[in-house]
Amino acid sequence: MVRKFFACLFILMPAMASGAGGNANLQRIDVDISNEAALQRGAKYFVNYCLGCHSAQYVRYNRLALDLGITEEQLVDNLMFTGERPFDTMEIAMPANDAASWYGRTPPDLSLAARARGDSWIYSFLKSFYLDPLKPTGVNNLVLAGASMPHVLWELQGTQRAVFREDIDAQGHPHEVFDRFEMVTPGSLSAQEYDTMVRDLVTFLSYIGEPVQLERRALGVKVIMFLLVFLLFAFLLKKEIWKDVH
Amino acid sequence: MSSTGNDAGKTVTGREGGFYAWINKRFPLDKMLREHVTEYYAPKNLNWWYVFGFLSMLVLVIQIVTGIFLTMSYKPAAAEAFASVEYIMRDVEWGWLLRYMHSTGASLFFVVVYIHMFRALLYGSYKNPRELLWVFGMFIYLALSAEAFFGYLLPWGQMSYWGAQVIVSLAGAIPVVGDSLVEWVRGDFFISDITLNRFFALHVIAVPLILVGLVVVHILALHQVGSNNPDGVEIKEKKDSSGKPLDGVAFHPYDTSKDLVAMIVFLIVFSAIVFFAPEMGGYFLEHANFEPANPLKTPEHIAPVWYFTPFYAVLRAVPSKLGGVVMMGAAMLVLFFLPWLDRSPVKSLRYRGWMSKLALGAFVVSFIALGFLGTRPATGVYTMLARVFTVIYFAYFLLMPFYTKYDKIKPVPERVSHHG
Repeated sequence: MVRKFFACLFILMPAMASGAGGNANLQRIDVDISNEAALQRGAKYFVNYCLGCHSAQYVRYNRLALDLGITEEQLVDNLMFTGERPFDTMEIAMPANDAASWYGRTPPDLSLAARARGDSWIYSFLKSFYLDPLKPTGVNNLVLAGASMPHVLWELQGTQRAVFREDIDAQGHPHEVFDRFEMVTPGSLSAQEYDTMVRDLVTFLSYIGEPVQLERRALGVKVIMFLLVFLLFAFLLKKEIWKDVH
Repeated sequence: MSSTGNDAGKTVTGREGGFYAWINKRFPLDKMLREHVTEYYAPKNLNWWYVFGFLSMLVLVIQIVTGIFLTMSYKPAAAEAFASVEYIMRDVEWGWLLRYMHSTGASLFFVVVYIHMFRALLYGSYKNPRELLWVFGMFIYLALSAEAFFGYLLPWGQMSYWGAQVIVSLAGAIPVVGDSLVEWVRGDFFISDITLNRFFALHVIAVPLILVGLVVVHILALHQVGSNNPDGVEIKEKKDSSGKPLDGVAFHPYDTSKDLVAMIVFLIVFSAIVFFAPEMGGYFLEHANFEPANPLKTPEHIAPVWYFTPFYAVLRAVPSKLGGVVMMGAAMLVLFFLPWLDRSPVKSLRYRGWMSKLALGAFVVSFIALGFLGTRPATGVYTMLARVFTVIYFAYFLLMPFYTKYDKIKPVPERVSHHG
């Protein structure tokens, strides 16, 4: 009976895991945070393009050096621009209240963005800015409608237009659904290069969301191996003790 | 005590003199060990469903030990709580492991306790003479729920905040005193620093004290009446000349060696989650809780952690707020009356007829279905389903006096059946 119970549980598990809500316009990606080169590039993009407005206040610079395979000298020369000390966290100079009045809301801290939103969400968000003359920033976003963030990476991606098409919903009413993006002005990167760049950035965000991920999995393998060996001996002990109970 | 061997009934040599005797003259150590460990006889036919009580105690120990260390770095203040959890995750040595063990332990506590309770339903372990044992167990379940609820506010994430907001405000449905009661519980006009502080106090000292006390009482009651078993046969009725139950085996070393195997299997599952899926797809650590609490921004979808969702689904299934609160409370409290609702002359489901089997099956399905529905938005077909399953949930209890009375039963054997 116990066995049947757990068999059912394992069959149901994937169904339960996929139960989390979704957004139709998301592009799924899986990032590999053991890719040190991608992390280093992601860190570079992050300090150059994001860190002006978004802090990562729980992330220490010198932890980056440790985990990204760079020396403290390289860290200070390439990733630290505003006179922090290596053991400082990634704060920004922009006061939160001013930011709120300039943008409509304070740009959120990005330490945990990947854990709160998911890798795929951020990846899709950064690829889904489109021209919208009604918005003060000139752009809107397909993933987060009415986003107050301007398209910071427009010089790299270029600008794109969203094409919508008519569709009939279940009640028979026509409504607009997203069809595709059309490039208006090309950026300095090709579409493929831009995708890679955004992926590197998301890899970095995923890493800072939980810097201990790799260490955690590596330790888990050892712990479970030990427990499996322990299980064998415990099972034999139990068998030996119970052998004369009938 | 190497001379004890497997036969715990014998007079033990090597215990008469020396330090051990010195202690026993002053403290009943030997007596306690005999009464509760080496000469406590459990039925020899206990199957693997019977390890979940021990596993619950194991998780309790894990929670207390990891909790003590988390308390050393956690700051129970609205302005610092969220950051202090991230400090634990990033800067405290092994802090991430402590935190994941504690968060995984919270969910697995409910997994093992729910299975432990299901075992009692399966074999009628709440029936005479174990009614008080069951009632103490139910108090443990309530204390555990309170412990989990208070603890969930502490990380001060969005879901912590709004979950507490929703649950605390339920008291507001009580006529006349409702609103003042809510204010009294929060200590403020909204969930605030003050609320966090008092929930912290309740979570780290008040409720754990009650919980540990109740566990002691639960075990004392168990050892007074003895364990039930899958056959529902009282082993104390058939004893040998030395007064040892014929179908009993000493808790140590027999059940301890079995519990050890169960413990390792449990720890493998526990480690698999802690090391490879600590968020468990958003079910153990909710995604929205990685955003700091923001009293001005209500999340579009508020759901409690999975272990409360069956009751949350009952709450939302009822159209009126007060009605929902009453039904939710009733869904938990009705379990207390189980020993008196069950009129069957036999304990174990093995010897009961199709009505009892169908009823338990329907109950389990409704509990799991309500659990699922509690995680979904309360719209259209989901609300309808929640109502259907709420009816089935209560029918299991309210119809029990009838179906257990008229159900056909099979003859219960004199002695327990044991399959190797």
